[in-house]
Amino acid sequence: MKSMADLLHEHPFFKGMDESHLDFIAGCGENHIYNAGDYIARENEPADHFYLIRAGQVAVECFVPNYGAICLQTLHDNDIFGWSWLFPPYMWTFDARAVDEVHAIRLDGKCLREKCETDTAMGAELLKRFARIVTQRLQATRMQLMDIYSQQRPPLDPGQ
Amino acid sequence: MIPALFRIDERKEEFSGTFTLGIRREGESALPRFKPGQFNMLYAFGTGEVAISLSGSPADTGVYQHTIRSQGLATQALARLQKGDAIGVRGPFGCGWPIDTVAGREVLIIAGGVGMAPLRPLLYSLRDKAHGAARVRLFYGARHPDEILYRSELERWADSLDITLTVDQGDSTWRGRVGVITQPLETADINGGKAVAFLCGPEVMMRFCIQTLLTKGLSESDIYLSMERNMKCATGLCGHCQWGPNFVCKDGPVFSYGSVRSWFNLRAL
Repeated sequence: MKSMADLLHEHPFFKGMDESHLDFIAGCGENHIYNAGDYIARENEPADHFYLIRAGQVAVECFVPNYGAICLQTLHDNDIFGWSWLFPPYMWTFDARAVDEVHAIRLDGKCLREKCETDTAMGAELLKRFARIVTQRLQATRMQLMDIYSQQRPPLDPGQ
Repeated sequence: MIPALFRIDERKEEFSGTFTLGIRREGESALPRFKPGQFNMLYAFGTGEVAISLSGSPADTGVYQHTIRSQGLATQALARLQKGDAIGVRGPFGCGWPIDTVAGREVLIIAGGVGMAPLRPLLYSLRDKAHGAARVRLFYGARHPDEILYRSELERWADSLDITLTVDQGDSTWRGRVGVITQPLETADINGGKAVAFLCGPEVMMRFCIQTLLTKGLSESDIYLSMERNMKCATGLCGHCQWGPNFVCKDGPVFSYGSVRSWFNLRAL
């Protein structure tokens, strides 16, 4: 059976990370299984963890009164989610719901946050890696916003 | 250059505003074979002509299928046609997907929205295994679950074809992926040196997919795009679809990214 450090070592997110940092992060991690329908995170609740999905599908959702939950994006095997633990007020901004059985590594962001305050090199490394994920998600969101498959195209801008 | 008279044999509403026509030539049982990726000029009498990709099986020699999005006057006129109505047809025109490049390779078929239509004949061809592709994978992004083209067919093909579907907006019935097509492409395990990619969809989508494919190690010459421009004559004479030194109707609509990169990345061309 693989150790937590082995599992993190194999993940591209942690590739090239200093061994001592990785060992510390592994110490903050634990395996969790969520059943279909379980909420892994809830909007406006404290965000003390982030997650590495080992298997399964997670829906990032926003609840709209009188309508229900809107799925903004789904995340899958090897995706990492949750960066609200990095920034005040450390609250989740969306719901995360297991669509099917999800096997995930739950990492203690609160513990890492405190460590990063004293070990700035590790803090910078983690921030760089999260910035990459945030950028990818932002690009994807921008593409969704463009609604490129829509039949209704905006008229050509005569100034272009 | 003179349109042949065809009749509507079948009309299927794919989803609101998008439909598929099956057309047969008046007085002929067999039609000229077409290559996946080619198009016909469809003439709605009294309104005008429009270039539409062939979307059926190349093995079906009696009927041409075209999946059409109702957008301009000509396609709106085509949308009003019913079984038995007459239609003018010129074609098939253009070069198709370079299917001879797939032997022994991993084939990535990447479709966005109604861009799935010109790739469907390619899927039909690759499914018969004669072309020797090592693996065929379809990545298909649609706007909404209701706007997935050929959905029941894709469900049937899922046993033999590696299919990744994603929608921009899910609904309560959708259990699959929500998000843009570049995301599953980014996380897919692709051997860039052995892969060849065929893309069709909005240019913005193709642009982002190309960036992802290049980071996966595919060479520019192994990425093929189906381009869309305002085609009129379909034979490279009128110049309406000129794109850099190319005429999309005659030299395309399929181009390797390596051969058109300069024009593809030029704004407003």
